[in-house]
Amino acid sequence: MNYLINSFLFCGVVCLIAQFILDHTKLTPGHITSLFVVCGAALDSFGIYDFFIAKCGGGAMVPITSFGHSLIHGALNSAEVNGFLGLLMGMFDLTASGITAAIIFSFVFTLFFKAKD
Amino acid sequence: MEKKRYEKLVVQYTPKVPWVKNAIVAFLVGGAIGLLGEILLRFYVQALEVSRADASVYMIVTLIFFASLFTALGFFDKLVSKAKCGLIIPITGFAHSMTSAAIDYKKEGPIYGVGSNIFKLAGSVILYGVVAAWFFGLIRYLIEVGL
Repeated sequence: MNYLINSFLFCGVVCLIAQFILDHTKLTPGHITSLFVVCGAALDSFGIYDFFIAKCGGGAMVPITSFGHSLIHGALNSAEVNGFLGLLMGMFDLTASGITAAIIFSFVFTLFFKAKD
Repeated sequence: MEKKRYEKLVVQYTPKVPWVKNAIVAFLVGGAIGLLGEILLRFYVQALEVSRADASVYMIVTLIFFASLFTALGFFDKLVSKAKCGLIIPITGFAHSMTSAAIDYKKEGPIYGVGSNIFKLAGSVILYGVVAAWFFGLIRYLIEVGL
């Protein structure tokens, strides 16, 4: 039960911060998503994001910050095995499923649907 | 018109952003998506008897599937313009940006339309994510090797 509340709060607060930045600065949603990915990667390099995932479960995996976390996580896992070049080899290990799914689904749906004006 | 007076007028006529309302909506919608993620995660762990790590892949793919489908059907744009960051920051926003870019440029052909533009918005997320992850990963790797 705690997990459910935590995931609601975590994801909600991340979105709240983003909306606050959007309304109070001239940054566009593109800037904010990019910024949040960088924040996710930065937080994970010191193991802080792992703590959020342990505490909040699914709520911490859904925001775009977890994309940055997965990128650096895959890179570091692979670096342990393959050394320096592992950073390059493992970068997309964990996010490949998400990126590939997004590419496949958007391409297939593009074939079947037209733009609505 | 003088520049100062013009700027004054612009401020006067710029519509006030209802930021409190926007923030509350973003919090509730974003929280609901996070909650949905956790519920889906539990559902997959129980129904398919997989580990939590595997179930998280299923969960992300499910969210991406529905975000893409709803974007293609045309009503996700309206939801995004209402909930804003509540739907842009979760992974649904990533799928939404790719599908909407692909469909918008469909009429310009498969190569210079869909192919060139599908990553128009999602590309920046991937670019800065990879650069940041590489940079921070390098620092952490050097620290671990050095000590």
